[in-house]
Amino acid sequence: MTDHAHLRHGVKDNHYKRLAIAVRELLIEKGVVTEDEIATFMARMDARSPELGARMVARAWVDPEYKKRMLADGSAAAEELGIAVDGTLLVVVENTEDVHNLFVCTLCSCYPRTILGLPPDWYKGREYRSRVINEPRAVLREFGTDIADGIELRVHDSTADMRYLILPQRPAGTEGWSEDRLAKLVTRDSMIGVSLPLRPDQLDQLEHAAE
Amino acid sequence: MSGRFSVGEKVRVQDWDPPNEPRKPHLRTPYYIRGKIGEIERICGDFRNPEALAYGEDGLPKQTLYRVRFDQTHVWPNYAGPPQDKVEIEIYEHWLEPAAGDSSP
Repeated sequence: MTDHAHLRHGVKDNHYKRLAIAVRELLIEKGVVTEDEIATFMARMDARSPELGARMVARAWVDPEYKKRMLADGSAAAEELGIAVDGTLLVVVENTEDVHNLFVCTLCSCYPRTILGLPPDWYKGREYRSRVINEPRAVLREFGTDIADGIELRVHDSTADMRYLILPQRPAGTEGWSEDRLAKLVTRDSMIGVSLPLRPDQLDQLEHAAE
Repeated sequence: MSGRFSVGEKVRVQDWDPPNEPRKPHLRTPYYIRGKIGEIERICGDFRNPEALAYGEDGLPKQTLYRVRFDQTHVWPNYAGPPQDKVEIEIYEHWLEPAAGDSSP
């Protein structure tokens, strides 16, 4: 997997870290929230991971009716699998032979945290946020993703109350696979739209490397 | 669901730049899309206005939120990709005006 160190910019700032700790301590001291509440909330956030989104994608790959419902109402489709989407609404967009989608938040760092967990640092960085909106194909190439000129590239800027999930195309050579096995092909980056899902041979390699 | 625009309708994003004084609203319309013409892709629903909500106010009345689709070559004069590429972005109704008579993009 490529290390996108060149896309990381100014996301770690000790000043803001110290500020956040100071605010947290004040909120506890003044009785606005308790330590327990903060710990519970953090545990809830930590329990979220791209596996949730991958489950949705794998289900859509094997169940055309679920896919239809998912494209019509992403939040309802998440809840159908027991995944709560709080506050914002989830929009799922589908990659096809003719269209490739990706999402960004140019204004800040809006991200479908309830479905994908915490965003990667590069997603929050200035370079990705400014470049992917006006030279998306160049940025995708840096992620190792080549989108042919004949394909329509759609960049979704998450500016307000919607959050996005990309439904990638099901890789070739996965006929008859179980939903659980399919979900292993669905990487976080493929659901942001900067990469394609793993091919079966890439999954084989990963699993051998882990042994 | 309210909303004065319908799916497929051509709209122009207002080219506003609200002053910093007495306070800058919490704007969700990026500079790069202001003044550009696109097409309503979908109506997302009615939401409290973040421009006031971010200041601890109620953000009422609710604003209809749209997803608007733009041609990249219209948004960025120097766009290097092919002409069919698009950017889709959420915009609140008070930032939009009808653009049916406009020839571009």
